[in-house]
Amino acid sequence: MTGPGHADAGPGTPLFEARDIVKKFGEFAANQDVGLVIQPGEKHALLGENGAGKSTLVKMMYGVMQPTSGEFFWNGARTVIHKPAEARDLGIGMVFQHFSVFDALTVVENIALALAPEPMKALSQRIEQVSESYGLAIDPRRAVHTLSVGEKQRVEIIRCLLQHPKLLIMDEPTSVLTPQETRVLFETLDKLAAEGCSILYISHKLEEVKALCDAATILRLGRVVAHCDPKAETARSMAEMMVGDEIAWVEKEGAAAETGPVRLMVDRLNLPAASEFGISLIDLSLEVRGGEVVGIAGVAGEGQSELMEALTGEVLSDRAEVILIDGEAMGRVGPTPRRLAGAAFVPEERNGHAAVGELTLPGNIILAHHAAEQVATRSWIDFGKADGWAKRVREAFDVRAGAENPTAGSLSGGNLQKFIVGREILREPGVLVVSQPTWGVDAGAAAVIRRALIDLAGRGSAVLVISQDLEEIFSICDKIAVIHHGRLSREHPAAEMTPEKVGLLMGGAHPEASEIPAGEVA
Amino acid sequence: MIVLEPRSQPSRILAVLSPVIAIGLTLLAGGILMALMGKPPLEALWIYFFQPFGELWMWITLPEGEREMWLYIPSEVIVKAIPLALIGAGLAVCFRANVWNIGAAGQYTMGAIIGGWFALSAPEGVSGIWLAPYLIAGVLGGMAWAAIPAFLRVRFNANEILVSLMLTYVAGYLLDWLVRGPFKDPLGFGFPQSEDFQDAFIMPVLVEGTRLHLGVVLAIIATVALWVMMGRTMKGFEVRVIGAAPRAGAFAGFSRDRTIWFVLLLSGGLAGLAGAIEVSATVQQLQPQISAEYGFVAIIVAFLGRLNPLGALFGAVILAISYIGGENAQILLKLPKAVTGVFQGMLLFFLLGCDTLIRYRIRLMRPTRG
Amino acid sequence: MENFIISMIIAATPLLLAAIGELVTERSGVLNLGIEGMMLMGAVVAFAVANSTGSTPLAIIAGAGAGAAMALIFSVIALSLLANQPATGLALTIFGIGASGLIGQGFVGIALEPLSKLSIPYLSDSTALGRILLSHDVMVYMALALAAGVAWFLYKTRPGLALRAVGDNHDSGHALGYNVIAIRYLATMFGGACAGLGGAYLSLAYTPMWAENMTAGRGWIALALVVFATWRPGRVVAGAYLFAAVTQLQFYGQDWGLPVPSQFLAMAPYVATIVALVIISRDVNLTKANAPACIGKPFRAER
Repeated sequence: MTGPGHADAGPGTPLFEARDIVKKFGEFAANQDVGLVIQPGEKHALLGENGAGKSTLVKMMYGVMQPTSGEFFWNGARTVIHKPAEARDLGIGMVFQHFSVFDALTVVENIALALAPEPMKALSQRIEQVSESYGLAIDPRRAVHTLSVGEKQRVEIIRCLLQHPKLLIMDEPTSVLTPQETRVLFETLDKLAAEGCSILYISHKLEEVKALCDAATILRLGRVVAHCDPKAETARSMAEMMVGDEIAWVEKEGAAAETGPVRLMVDRLNLPAASEFGISLIDLSLEVRGGEVVGIAGVAGEGQSELMEALTGEVLSDRAEVILIDGEAMGRVGPTPRRLAGAAFVPEERNGHAAVGELTLPGNIILAHHAAEQVATRSWIDFGKADGWAKRVREAFDVRAGAENPTAGSLSGGNLQKFIVGREILREPGVLVVSQPTWGVDAGAAAVIRRALIDLAGRGSAVLVISQDLEEIFSICDKIAVIHHGRLSREHPAAEMTPEKVGLLMGGAHPEASEIPAGEVA
Repeated sequence: MIVLEPRSQPSRILAVLSPVIAIGLTLLAGGILMALMGKPPLEALWIYFFQPFGELWMWITLPEGEREMWLYIPSEVIVKAIPLALIGAGLAVCFRANVWNIGAAGQYTMGAIIGGWFALSAPEGVSGIWLAPYLIAGVLGGMAWAAIPAFLRVRFNANEILVSLMLTYVAGYLLDWLVRGPFKDPLGFGFPQSEDFQDAFIMPVLVEGTRLHLGVVLAIIATVALWVMMGRTMKGFEVRVIGAAPRAGAFAGFSRDRTIWFVLLLSGGLAGLAGAIEVSATVQQLQPQISAEYGFVAIIVAFLGRLNPLGALFGAVILAISYIGGENAQILLKLPKAVTGVFQGMLLFFLLGCDTLIRYRIRLMRPTRG
Repeated sequence: MENFIISMIIAATPLLLAAIGELVTERSGVLNLGIEGMMLMGAVVAFAVANSTGSTPLAIIAGAGAGAAMALIFSVIALSLLANQPATGLALTIFGIGASGLIGQGFVGIALEPLSKLSIPYLSDSTALGRILLSHDVMVYMALALAAGVAWFLYKTRPGLALRAVGDNHDSGHALGYNVIAIRYLATMFGGACAGLGGAYLSLAYTPMWAENMTAGRGWIALALVVFATWRPGRVVAGAYLFAAVTQLQFYGQDWGLPVPSQFLAMAPYVATIVALVIISRDVNLTKANAPACIGKPFRAER
């Protein structure tokens, strides 16, 4: 067993190399014969759709998991990384996608946990120094649960920087940032790379990768399918390498056809936060007409979950007229009457909210349709009906499962999402509200879902999409509003909006502004 | 080292086998325990678990008096199993909703108290039909006692495990006070006990010569009804969803608060019924010790039956056997009553351990080498 | 009044010991409902050892060891085999009641010398304050020292920080390289040892004898105490004394002429527990802000 060291670290020796890496979970191979080469000071992208094996690979690089076979090389010397502390000793730092922060502790305490023991005061000072020099403002004494998502990410980054990393791995870092915050992050990364630190950048946002990175390795289904230079490719060509064939780009055909009457209206919704960790909704108003798709953009944690709960009826509003479904006042009733009025909902969390993992697919049909589709009459469950429904959804939406009668939890993310969305769309609801429709879903399933949403609107329904993915919003929505700190901006026609304008609103420019100040578009 | 690997689907076979394996392991561990205590292991196990069946074959004389039939009625086992099945089935439903009613023993006691109060207050010489309101009183007593943790949980978010458990001790002291005070039998020579119940309030025996009483019918009706409810009705579906994923339950329009009330009142009512039945069938009076520990053992019954009401019947029989075996062993082997508790605890441990196999495969992996 | 306070301090000791141990366990994210069982095993083993060897220190250690051993069984099933934690704790209680009854059957009715009390000449017995503070046996002081030690450990040391972190977010803890399962094993066994000490106190000092089920629900009260104290060591001490005071009403109530039957006075600590739980639980924010976020959730490391 060789430890970390410098063998012939002559010019041209890569900083890091992975060779023939294989990782199996039981029968399933998450990584197969993966090779990766990173040069010092290089900004290297790791691309692939959800489920391609990117997170698995970097977890092994950070010592959280061990490869089934294959080798890593650091500065030319063969290395085994048994645990994160060893990765850190080598000089590898990692900023996780779903942050590894501890809400109940302060910033200093969070960072201390990743470092060798040192007095808290000295650590606080070091944190302040680093945060200033890299433009990542943070107060060490704050409790992490009070921080915004962007600030939590800064804690992760500072934690890595304090160890003078030579390789910084970032897993989907900008999925939670506004365009402006992303710009700041890129400046930080450029500075680091100029100082000789390499960056391994995992993202599915191809335009960003083009802007930032010097090299890219593309994974598909656990294998490396290409190496390329992002600056020489287009987003579309890289996407095709990721997916493997011509993708069915989903785009609206021109402007929306005639829109019908308002089918979903929210009129000055005010909802105090349920706990100190939540967001209050303030004077929130919106309308969605039949035939159109309205999108609500915003970074995570700005009130989307609260809005969703108010719309489904899991949380009641203070007045009945606050929520109108096809003209009927529904603010004070629960989900079942709203479904009976023709509304359907797809919440953000697949397993545990939209569906119950332990139940089968017919069971999950009963979950949503017990009242509205007579899958249960009063007390007795009609299993035949539930089975029939499940079959129809599976066929119509190409839901693939490993077994004849699987539990919902055993389906892959994309297939479960197709099932859940299909379950609602096959009801031909007059109003459909969807939150994060394609989060964590592979490109094929995402295309199916987006297509289905557009088609539903085309048949006269009102569709409201809440999403943190700007590319998605722009590809399917007719109108766009932005939610920030529980307030909703005016709805703007999609044609008039650009990512920068949306970014400003996401960052808190006055939501009532009907004109974005011209000078502030970067 | 041992690594757990999740299965893609829960193993059906092991779901059925797991209780059997657990019982087997308990027998094994029990045998070792016996040996350590200096008792012959195989003989001890026989007395505990198999003899209760053996001595219960009996001859039955048919009403016509002409023919004699040899019928197998393990009546003692069934008698012991009745309260365990009633309480266990209710707890199975309650636990499925992720509501942990640990105070069934207290609800059992209150059922006995309220039923007993009814029986003791009834006028002299009433007819047998009065048994019905007596039993209903028992149900109401148990329900009322379970309503307290339900209310405190729904209204104040107080943990139902601790509240229901504390109330068990309160109920015990209440019974103690009643039989030494207001309910005390003036002709009882100062012993802490109530008057004997009159005949109307004694559970009718179904088979001559045994103690097998009407309770068995009630137990079977209750368990089957609950089984149907859980499997085929929306109510049962609601209970399962609220237990597995409360957020999904809210999404479906189910009320978590109403479900909490429902399962607590249900399990409390059944526990209260069991209390009233047991007092009526065994001692026919109130006294400080009325076997309220059935309320705890029923927890094991519920788990042994895989939280399925019908499975509770199976679990009840198994644990009834361990009780009777324990009594026999006390006499024949001079083993203390506490050994039964040890067996029961071990059984639950093994069961919980075996249940892991349903969701995971066990693999032996070599530690990673450099 | 002075006697009341003295007996209150004594009565609080087993509660304090069990509760402070469970606090550490729960802070690491584990919910161990088996405190009754662990306390009883501690009580019977300590008594047995004291009876056979006559050595009190050995008995105390043995009691702690018994509790830790029981906690080990719990840990294997709940932490390594990922069984449902409430159910496993219940199994531990049932098993502990039975096993302690079994071990203890030979010791029923035997009396022991109670633990010797502190006796500083002049200070310990001449003033009321001196008697209240300085006339107790070693375990009373041990309990307080333990509580202080736990507070220092959790808030001033790195391992304590790691333990709190793991209870808050075990996935993050694992991602940073901490061995979540090992930390939880240690925390659970510490909790078991403390419960064992609490039980040992009952059989060695409180009523120096053994009786089946002698904890009479103290383990459950200790659980409630941890919730009531919102998982803070200082509040656990205060709560233990409060509960002990209520418990003592049962004995002093009659002396003070309270016209209430003894059984109702005996109910007092249990009712008080319920009231305390209601008071603390009704503020959802309070529990959310203080309860370890991962409590009771099984953890499995992907390797």
